[in-house]
Amino acid sequence: MLYAAPAAPATTTVGNPAVNISIFGIFVLITLAITFRASRNNKSAADYYAAGRNISGTQNGLAIAGDYLSAASFLGIAGAIAIYGYDGFLYSIGFLVAWLVALLLVAELMRNTARYTMADVLAFRMRQRPVRTAAATSTLVVSLFYLLAQMAGAGALVTLLLGVTGELAQAVVVVLVGALMMVYVLVGGMRGTTYVQIIKATLLIAGAAVMTVWVLGKYGFNFSALLGGAVDTSATQATPRDVLSPGGQYGATSISKLDFISLALALVFGTAGLPHVLMRFYTVPTAKDARRSVVWAIWLIGVFYLFSLVIGYGAGALVGADTILAAPGAVNAAAPLLAFELGGTILLGVIAGVAFATILAVVAGLTITASASFAHDIYASVIKKGQVNPNAEVKVARIAAIVIGAISIGLGILALQAGLNIAFLVALAFAIAASANLPTIIYTLFWQRFTTQGALWSIYGGLITCVTLILFSPVVSGAPVNPATGKSPSLIQDVDFSWFPLNNPGLVSIPLSFFLGWLGTKLSKEQPDELKNAELEVRALTGIGAEKAVAH
Amino acid sequence: MTPPAERRLLTPEEYREAQASPEFVELKRRFRRFAFPMTVAFLTWYLLYVLLSTYAPDLMATPVFGNINLGILLGLGQFVSTFVITHVYVAHANKRTDPISDEMRERLEHHEYARPGGVGVTRGADETRGGRQ
Repeated sequence: MLYAAPAAPATTTVGNPAVNISIFGIFVLITLAITFRASRNNKSAADYYAAGRNISGTQNGLAIAGDYLSAASFLGIAGAIAIYGYDGFLYSIGFLVAWLVALLLVAELMRNTARYTMADVLAFRMRQRPVRTAAATSTLVVSLFYLLAQMAGAGALVTLLLGVTGELAQAVVVVLVGALMMVYVLVGGMRGTTYVQIIKATLLIAGAAVMTVWVLGKYGFNFSALLGGAVDTSATQATPRDVLSPGGQYGATSISKLDFISLALALVFGTAGLPHVLMRFYTVPTAKDARRSVVWAIWLIGVFYLFSLVIGYGAGALVGADTILAAPGAVNAAAPLLAFELGGTILLGVIAGVAFATILAVVAGLTITASASFAHDIYASVIKKGQVNPNAEVKVARIAAIVIGAISIGLGILALQAGLNIAFLVALAFAIAASANLPTIIYTLFWQRFTTQGALWSIYGGLITCVTLILFSPVVSGAPVNPATGKSPSLIQDVDFSWFPLNNPGLVSIPLSFFLGWLGTKLSKEQPDELKNAELEVRALTGIGAEKAVAH
Repeated sequence: MTPPAERRLLTPEEYREAQASPEFVELKRRFRRFAFPMTVAFLTWYLLYVLLSTYAPDLMATPVFGNINLGILLGLGQFVSTFVITHVYVAHANKRTDPISDEMRERLEHHEYARPGGVGVTRGADETRGGRQ
């Protein structure tokens, strides 16, 4: 799978850790300065949660790309292409096509109807408290899995990039990432976080562009010649692979094929249900800006994955699979090693700094989403029944951000030291978002008869199915022992209580959640609230009554 | 959740009137007639590509020119179709749905869907005042 944690403790690092650390330090200083400047305008709840809704469509598109192109995308996809060739490319396509669901069905309608969280829309025409609780629960679960993956990823990454080894040192790095992220979130709120994302996305895409042109230049700007180079190098490796044909990674057995289909579904339906992606739509002034931001995001993400294709095959050709797999960080080392091969210490330092910044920015975006959902949905609406002033709500959100940050630091250290497979956490977050969130969002926006019971069955049904199937899958126990490492890739060694054969539950849980939403609605006696329906539909399509930008 | 304080909040009845208006029916029709078939189309095309890559690797490995094979071309085709659909959707929204929704929003802000007699007046008064353009 993509983004495996390094199997062996690192003994070597590439490049000069001092250069890597100073470039990363510069990024941190600049973003902190911008965050403190941004904090001057943070007065209201709309400022903290939604950056005052005056981020422009272009800026938000960059910020979405920044949120979405996590370290798993940047390092994982390039690495998978370098090792397995075509199958890594296949993976990136799901991540891109998924944005059409967001563009055509979700972004504008959600912008017009939500204030701060997904639950604002889902609970709008339903019984408020149960639906809000359900939506907030799935938001928190998805965010936590995603956070955990990023935190553990940060630890794994520094092993390679900053020359930090040993459990204690890695734990210190995770704490440092967590602390920095809390500063961004608490001081900068959504506005500060957005600026961090914009800077990070710009650096990431620029860095990838430089590497792409450099690699292509080595092959006379002939893509076919680059592929030829990758084929030639692969033939000389310990495990020669046909890097141009499908099947290198997923084609082994009929189960692994089904597993890939399942993953493909989770990716394409998960993106538009990821709470931190949805939250970004509320930071722009109008639905038209939401549309513009998705268009920008699609172009930026698409072009970035095309760069990844070149970088991946370039790493396969110029560095070679054996060297990559032997490096600390394994598959994830492909892009950094290629940077070192091309531009030496300086380019490696830039790429390393960008990769680390990537984790920082994504973690900040996730924390703000989770804290908003807790404060706005659970505290203000469910516990206080709406009787709370916005300042008190934001205060709770800030405290929640600290608690969530602390939890993710703790769990991140545990996940890192357990050598937890990070790809499984990310894929699980997508699968839960696709099963628990997206069906309810689609039904709420497009099916007038949808009821509270349907929403609850769909959210909880999707969530519980997903988590249960994962628990009894080879991810947790019973995967065959890898002869190379002598360990099973499962989370728990030496026991086998698995009965679900796939690593990703999407193939079962997504259709089931759609079915449960339909069944729950058909079986409930609740009459749809026609006036609320009319209000939601008219607001969604015309943008009347939508939250306005805050003037400063 | 209540909408933010505007000059005067829209009543539920105004929303119902707006929803029943012919221009809203037309707006909804235009939005859905584009978004739904297009969603079915790109999902089918994506799943077809995933299934071909998974179950017909030999077909996908067919060389087309140089080292470029059918699989890589179809994969790049997914990028192209995503960019094209994005562009076509934006053009459709700008030309076909935005004018109606902009105009309706304007009229809703001026409470043009409110009935003179308040709540529960029978239909008919609308035809003279709120008819299609």
